[in-house]
Amino acid sequence: MAKQPKPEELAKVDYTPPMTAWMDTPAVLKPGNFCNAAKEKSLQLLDMPNPRTWSAKDDDWKLPDNWKEIVLEGLRERLDKYRSLRVFMDICVRCGACADKCHFFIGTGDPKNMPVLRAELLRSIYRKEFTTAGKILGRFAGAREMSLDVLKEWWYYFFQCTECRRCSVFCPYGIDQAEITMVGRELLNLLGLNIDWIMGPASACYHKGNHLGLEPHTFKSSIEFFLDDIEEITGIRPEPTFNRKGAEILFVTPSGDVFADPGTYTCMGYLLLFHELGLDYTWSTYASEGGNFGFFTSMDVAQKLNYKIYAEAKRLGVKWILGGECGHMWRVLNQYMDTWNGPADFLEVPTSPITGTRFDAAKSTKMIHIAEFTADLMRHGKLKLDPSRNDNKILTWHDSCNTARGMGFFEEPRYVLKKVVNNFYEMPENTIREKTFCCGSGSGLNASENMDIRLKGGLPRANAVKYVNEKFGVNFVGNICAIDRAALTTSIDYWAPGVRVTGLHELVGNALVMEGEKKRTSDLRGEPLPGCEAEE
Amino acid sequence: MGAIMSFVGVLALVLIAILGAKANLHLVFGVLFPYAAVLTLLIGLTVRVVRWAKSPVPFRIPTTCGQQKSLPWIKHSRIENPTTIWGVLVRMFFEVFLFRSLFRNTKIEMHKGPHLAQGSSKWLWMAGLAFHWSFLIILIRHLRFFTEEVPFAVSVTEYLDSFLQIGVPLLYMTDLVILGAITFLYFRRVIIPQVSYISLPADYFPLVLIFSIAGSGVLMRYFTKTHIVGVKAYTMSLVSLRPMMSMPEGVGTIFWVHLFLVCVLFVYFPWSKLVHMAGVFMSPTRNMANNSRIVRHVNPWQTKYKGRTYVDYENDFREKMISVGVPVEKQESESAEPAAEKE
Repeated sequence: MAKQPKPEELAKVDYTPPMTAWMDTPAVLKPGNFCNAAKEKSLQLLDMPNPRTWSAKDDDWKLPDNWKEIVLEGLRERLDKYRSLRVFMDICVRCGACADKCHFFIGTGDPKNMPVLRAELLRSIYRKEFTTAGKILGRFAGAREMSLDVLKEWWYYFFQCTECRRCSVFCPYGIDQAEITMVGRELLNLLGLNIDWIMGPASACYHKGNHLGLEPHTFKSSIEFFLDDIEEITGIRPEPTFNRKGAEILFVTPSGDVFADPGTYTCMGYLLLFHELGLDYTWSTYASEGGNFGFFTSMDVAQKLNYKIYAEAKRLGVKWILGGECGHMWRVLNQYMDTWNGPADFLEVPTSPITGTRFDAAKSTKMIHIAEFTADLMRHGKLKLDPSRNDNKILTWHDSCNTARGMGFFEEPRYVLKKVVNNFYEMPENTIREKTFCCGSGSGLNASENMDIRLKGGLPRANAVKYVNEKFGVNFVGNICAIDRAALTTSIDYWAPGVRVTGLHELVGNALVMEGEKKRTSDLRGEPLPGCEAEE
Repeated sequence: MGAIMSFVGVLALVLIAILGAKANLHLVFGVLFPYAAVLTLLIGLTVRVVRWAKSPVPFRIPTTCGQQKSLPWIKHSRIENPTTIWGVLVRMFFEVFLFRSLFRNTKIEMHKGPHLAQGSSKWLWMAGLAFHWSFLIILIRHLRFFTEEVPFAVSVTEYLDSFLQIGVPLLYMTDLVILGAITFLYFRRVIIPQVSYISLPADYFPLVLIFSIAGSGVLMRYFTKTHIVGVKAYTMSLVSLRPMMSMPEGVGTIFWVHLFLVCVLFVYFPWSKLVHMAGVFMSPTRNMANNSRIVRHVNPWQTKYKGRTYVDYENDFREKMISVGVPVEKQESESAEPAAEKE
């Protein structure tokens, strides 16, 4: 990978549009701005069309001869399947309100990263093929012919959209670029044009149960590995179970929590909490993934990957399902899972065995978010907490795109964090809650070969972090998303060095005063607790 | 480019209308065109809406802009994140009548540092709202030409619109506001580089067209003082389906222009972006309740998936599972099924 320029350099964004009209400006695929092509084997595992070895850098993408026909037929099919697509193709007035709401546009100044223009990339073809005005008036009506250049442009820009839906909040018609990107990616997938960073995890998840491709024994040992650390820190050794039939609750979290720092500390937080509660729960090695990279591929693949959660809950005979901290996972669980793979009529409405609270807001899906679960525990005073253990942390909170705009999950995590952290400052109003900025690497774009675009896209979020860092001395960003935990670490390290990233239940795990624990001197990262620094 | 072409286009339309008036082609311009235009608008818009409606809404995908309904002690944002039809209706009301989403508009500025500043930016919202409301009020005022007795609501609208009590005939505020708002929207499109870059001829044309319609109306009302009784006699003849065979005396050429441009707008409407008027009601991110965890949303074309089952999985990994004590369904791997890769 090329050496990254200095932040001051990368932030010099030129917002002047090119001299040539966008239809006359073919996309130039700049290294650092796109991902490696998906591997043949991943596509085969998932039964996807046109598996082959190819590279976006080559002129020849080895497309099937009838590629144009496939794409247009695919578009026709989707226009008949999705009202969102049909309506969004017709009603945009190009007011431009969405333009500077996209983190990729803000970070690159590339007009094709304005949601409106990203949509026009597809809309122009729609007009040419499916509307009378477009057929007759052509370019006057904003229509253009499908061509190889257009296809490459689609690939380049639909994999420069993180499906964060921020544009949709500001659009006067609610036009959601995520819907258009999703369809655009589905069409590309018909030609086998996906990226390795998505198809690798998706196929691993299909075959082995999780994105990281951890086989059952490895998945188990990864979690057991935390137990040693936990024991060292707290003197307590939780005893998680795996694939245990008859447990009350199935717990599903993104596999990133099991594998990559700082998600692992959040995972330790879960383990501590469940142990302290004596929760009758089980992990599953088969349904060992909460996230869903199929969602960044096609509805079909997403449904396949999601299938395991209900199937496993049924097989194990649990009563309900508890889900860990993840962003797009929760959009999927809220807006798609029940439709794809429900009804979950073999489960019961989630009821906290500790407080007796029945979670009627998840009456049909039978699956609740761990932040809801923990907030309820705290509300009932069921947890003994010592927030001063987090006193060396000055926290700000990053709302993750999907939980924010695909669910509305704002107060639950804030309630929890205020119970476990004493120093908390919000970022500026226009950058939080439904207006939150993407980490810049969502929807499967957190690869390393596209670091340039990730950092540019990460700028708006990181810049707001930098603001509270300078103003209030904030040194930690909390969030409930596995991709955030991985991606923000990189982007914030670059734009706002000195600020670190944490999950919510890492903070809970630190503050939780457990029965029979030894006097803690270090937090879950093995770093000294406030007041214990000298002892080190 | 489109900015200038739209002028040329509308100018050509004006010329056509003037030629029509000079040649006194009343049957074409005064009878055939108006009826054809109204029919095109109604049929075209219906076709468009039916086509939208025919595509199902497979998933429940509202964009949530407030706190979800969850635990009873957490304040639920009933409008920005509705779970009921009532919440959706209120949300849609704010969206359609007050442009709620556009009201959120912000503007970014990149300063040295880098420091990214974001401020509120309400100009587009204000101009958009001023334009659309003026248009609606003017439309309501025009009902006086299509009803024998002027409905009370129309009189009230006229009264309120002219409450400044300036001039004879009384000045309608909306006449000024609509011209001002369109001018703003037009120049905004020309001047802001990004907006200019995305603008199609189809974005300028309706602005120029509607400006010309409003402008010709203003000319008739305040300057040339068109023979209004004659106009009403003509419009009522259209409504009663017994159209006059010639334009009444004293109606004048500008009326021909006004009428023809309105016909063009009606015909143009269903094939253009102007269908956003109907489309805004059908946008799934706004008109759906966020209740998919509470009630199952059914997708009419959903197929049940059966593929990578637990059995397949265990067949692939049984020994590894047994080796670390993960419970399995079958103890030994006697099955030689070709598991993993389905088919």
